[in-house]
Amino acid sequence: MKGQAEMKNKRLPGLFAIPYVLWLALFVILPILLIVWYSFTNTNQYLTLQNYRTFFTNGTFLRMSLNSFWYAFLITLATLLISYPAAYFLTKLKNQQFWLLLIILPTWINLLLKAYAFIGILGRQGLVNHFLQLFGLGPVNMLFTNFGFLLVATYIEIPFMILPIYNAIAAIDPALIQASEDLGASKWQTFRFVLWPLSRAGVESGIQAIFIPSLSLFMLTRLIGGNRVITLGTAIEEYFMTTMNWNMGATIGVILIAMMILVMLLTGNKPAHGRRMHHE
Amino acid sequence: MNKHTWLGKVYLWFVLILLYLPIGYLIFYSFSSGHNMNHFKQFTWLHYQTLFQDNRLLAIFLQTILLALLSGLIATAIGTAGAVMIDRLQQKRQQKVFLALNNVLMVSPDVIIGASFLIFFTALGIQLNFGSVLISHVAFSIPIVVLMVLPKLKELDHTLVDAASDLGASPHQIFSRILIPAMMPGIVVGFFMALTYSLDDFAVTFFVTGNGFTTLSVEIYSRARQGIDLEINALSTIIFLFVLVLVFIYYLLTTKRFKKNGKIGGIIK
Repeated sequence: MKGQAEMKNKRLPGLFAIPYVLWLALFVILPILLIVWYSFTNTNQYLTLQNYRTFFTNGTFLRMSLNSFWYAFLITLATLLISYPAAYFLTKLKNQQFWLLLIILPTWINLLLKAYAFIGILGRQGLVNHFLQLFGLGPVNMLFTNFGFLLVATYIEIPFMILPIYNAIAAIDPALIQASEDLGASKWQTFRFVLWPLSRAGVESGIQAIFIPSLSLFMLTRLIGGNRVITLGTAIEEYFMTTMNWNMGATIGVILIAMMILVMLLTGNKPAHGRRMHHE
Repeated sequence: MNKHTWLGKVYLWFVLILLYLPIGYLIFYSFSSGHNMNHFKQFTWLHYQTLFQDNRLLAIFLQTILLALLSGLIATAIGTAGAVMIDRLQQKRQQKVFLALNNVLMVSPDVIIGASFLIFFTALGIQLNFGSVLISHVAFSIPIVVLMVLPKLKELDHTLVDAASDLGASPHQIFSRILIPAMMPGIVVGFFMALTYSLDDFAVTFFVTGNGFTTLSVEIYSRARQGIDLEINALSTIIFLFVLVLVFIYYLLTTKRFKKNGKIGGIIK
């Protein structure tokens, strides 16, 4: 083994890896250190805990964190409820690759354009209100409301939930489902005791891929949610780009990172590969 | 059972219609002579004409593509080298540490990446312009390239490399004749992923771009905040067609990849 190691190292000079290691140092480790450093200093570069004290004693920040968590939870739940059946039915079809491609395709359209479309769809005279008027309802104001924000966020996340769940269900041996049915389990029992536990890994990585970005959405809250600071992401953007208090922004960032690690610990530490496919 | 699949199909169609509705809505109104997305007035190509005369927007469109290609290429080169390096590490623990670090940018929220890069550039006194955006895009695209290339190296039978070296192959020959062909499918997919990351990014660019440079996402954001502009609808139609072509190429490449994979596996095993 050791001999092999030496041989392996002789084969290629190590120089080629320098850019990668530099990248790790400069763009992975250093930014984390910088954001932590900023969170513990004030605008005059003095070390202080003031930012954290403000965060934890000022009701606005705590309420916003709770809000952020609550919205991320609702978005994830709604996405899961819509996506699980879709993923399940997908595994029953012929031409599954083609259907999958159809589901992935919308994720390749720029997120901004999709959000922009909803400004039209949700408007007072938009598609949804036209539809409601057919039933004598409305017009309902949906644009610039929290409901509108939830709706659009859910819409955007659906494909990212379907994919991991589909992969998990497709990997289940159909014989297990059959065995469960043959042994007299009801549909619900088969789902509860066979399908759900076996597809759980997919659900968890889906949750991870959606919950974390949902905590930090800011573009959607600005465009659809009515320009109010309702998520941690919006708060960070506000402090960095408008108020220019980077130290407070960094503090909120560190707390967001802490929440993110918490979610990852709760859902198992699998990196969600498709995550950055839908940056906000 | 039959009824079951029928119901499933209806549900899937429902989800698909939902997914495509906003895109269809945009394209539909791009042909309307009105000024909003509420009532379709008359069919017109007018918005496409304004779009193609809008030099600023066209320049931004080209800049965005150039940025994606450049950052994709650089990220693919660095990421591939990184994958080779991680694969060469002898201890499993070392590999795990590097992979964990590698994945940090994959799981961090974009706001955090954007904000911390902004601090980074300011701390180093780097001007916010095309350069800072390019560096950022390279930085957040590297991890996915590593993740796409690394499995190909793991699949590669390392005795093959030993054999080549025993038979007198130089490091350069081993790299170009064995490693590169083995990694190629991963490199191609990694490059494509890097392209989509770059084309799709809004948040990070929003933080690290200065006054002189903007990408399509940032431009659409600032226009959309001012209200409806059907020129953007026309642009979405063009982008949708563009994406269709890209997806088609990607589809061809990945199906070819599977075939190729089988061949390489056949030769080695």
